[in-house]
Amino acid sequence: MTPSESEPKVPFWLDPGKRAIGFQIITCLMVGLLAWYLVNNTLVNMEKQSIASGFGFLEREAAFEIGESLIEYSASDTYAKALFVGVLNTLKVSFIGIVLCLIIGLFIGVARLSTNWLVKKLAMIYIEVMQNIPVLLQLFFWYALFYEMFPSPRQALNPMAGLFLCNRGVALAVPASHPAYFQMFIAMILGLALGFGLKHWVKKRKFATGRDFPVLWPFLGLSLGLPLLVWVLHGAPIQMDVPELKGFNFQGGIMLSPEFFALLLGLVIYTSAFVAEAVRAGIQAVSRGQTEAAMSIGLKKKHILNLVILPQALRVIIPPLTSQMLNLTKNSSLAIAIGYPDFVSVANTTINQTGQSIEGVAMIMACYLFFSVSTSIFMNWYNKKSKLVER
Amino acid sequence: MTDTTDPIIQVKNLNKWYGDFHVLKNINLEVKRQEKIVICGPSGSGKSTLIRCINRLEEHQKGKIIVDGIELTNNLKNIETIRTEVGMVFQHFNLFPHLTILDNLTLGPIWVRKTPKKQAEETAMFYLEKVKIAEQANKFPGQLSGGQQQRVAIARSLCMKPKVMLFDEPTSALDPEMVKEVLDVMVQLSEEGMTMIVVSHEMGFAKTVAQRVMLMDDGMILEENNPIDFFENPQHERTQFFLSQILH
Repeated sequence: MTPSESEPKVPFWLDPGKRAIGFQIITCLMVGLLAWYLVNNTLVNMEKQSIASGFGFLEREAAFEIGESLIEYSASDTYAKALFVGVLNTLKVSFIGIVLCLIIGLFIGVARLSTNWLVKKLAMIYIEVMQNIPVLLQLFFWYALFYEMFPSPRQALNPMAGLFLCNRGVALAVPASHPAYFQMFIAMILGLALGFGLKHWVKKRKFATGRDFPVLWPFLGLSLGLPLLVWVLHGAPIQMDVPELKGFNFQGGIMLSPEFFALLLGLVIYTSAFVAEAVRAGIQAVSRGQTEAAMSIGLKKKHILNLVILPQALRVIIPPLTSQMLNLTKNSSLAIAIGYPDFVSVANTTINQTGQSIEGVAMIMACYLFFSVSTSIFMNWYNKKSKLVER
Repeated sequence: MTDTTDPIIQVKNLNKWYGDFHVLKNINLEVKRQEKIVICGPSGSGKSTLIRCINRLEEHQKGKIIVDGIELTNNLKNIETIRTEVGMVFQHFNLFPHLTILDNLTLGPIWVRKTPKKQAEETAMFYLEKVKIAEQANKFPGQLSGGQQQRVAIARSLCMKPKVMLFDEPTSALDPEMVKEVLDVMVQLSEEGMTMIVVSHEMGFAKTVAQRVMLMDDGMILEENNPIDFFENPQHERTQFFLSQILH
């Protein structure tokens, strides 16, 4: 009896392969129909209400002011520029927020595992409280704190020279522009490059001869000492650009708005609690046996952490970290609730003024998609780099 | 040749508690250089805890532990020195999964002994040859069988050139057919004069290698004797019962 003869005929609706193809065709048809319905419906209705579509409005004058901007902007600029200002504001708060929440999250996460009872409990309380209060509520809280608690610019608090706190924000003195600062920046980059060179050399020497050489102090010396040397060579300029009260607000120095501060604080505190949990989970995922094995060959604590625990913990930490970074970026759109001019807020004003809601919403979606995908691509690359090979 | 009668490990009146639970009760133990000791006993009897105290993976609350003339106290310097001289092999191997076999072996010599990398790798290859696994040097632990992993773990300890080796149930997580390859390496090691304390129920191994066999129960050493008398003529009732259970 040969298999071809004995094989009974299977009806196509019971053959898993053919069945799968059938379901896929049905799914494609349904998605296509839905898309056609939505597009057609929109086009018909827009025509009925005679709304013009297209991105022509971007060239028109925006005619609205934006509270704060990284670039020169006035109401007579175009919508395109206004939206760009919004994008920059979103990037500003997201970038600073991500950096801060990684640092704070790492510390709280490690503190959560501390053997010190007080440190451990404080970290636990921070995590539990901040994770469980909706981020929008936290934004309102911080904004109210800044706006209600601080006095008007005229009675601004002046805790130290060059620093003013008021309900218009924080005014900060910065060094007045001087050619030395640019050269100091170059010197710092040079110092960092030399520092990394030194690190490489130390590693090579260690493998060749076994001897250690301190890296941290020379590294700090190079990256901070070189700029300092340049500063001294320029005659140590100490001219400061101090904020001064002119009319209703401060002029000069750097002005950080209460909206920015409240948004940054709310996002960082909320997200860092989640980052801390990811860090804790990552470290706990490395079994106790790994530490014991490393201890039993006499490795020092810092070497156990750097050579054994962290390389294994990172692979567990990185994926949830990526999603927290994306969360922070997306949550920054809550800025609209407290009046920080982020991209969503500016796009919203644009939609209200022009009536181009489809284009506006499409731009918001495209913009956040772009941020998210670029973050994901970067983190996936980093994840691949630090992934455990194992086999 | 070192004096083989001089004790390398002295444990005096050792007591340890986990909270209210008294794990080790007045343990006294002296191990001479090149001596081989096998400790057996039911689970929960404190035998693993005892050898884990010897390299400070567990802290003791009362009594003294002196290893090669250095007393184990809270002094980190002493703890680190003792750990470099006492090798340990674990039940679950505990190899570092993110490093190759060779890197597993050179980690200690490079970062603790400050050996040049090349020299550390030569030493590592020497010990890998010894445990008959040199051809696996560039693989990762996950690619090896349990028996191979345990032999790598033994080689990793040997690379630190320890004076004493502690074995914490080295064969009890292995498939039966891999037990022999690990025991062979341990027998070979004992023939070369290594001082060994082995927590194990491998009675064949105890008979061929050990000078002394001990039975622990309820945090105490109940009986200790040379292997022949221990197995043929156990004195303590608990030992008789234990042996009847494991020898069927």
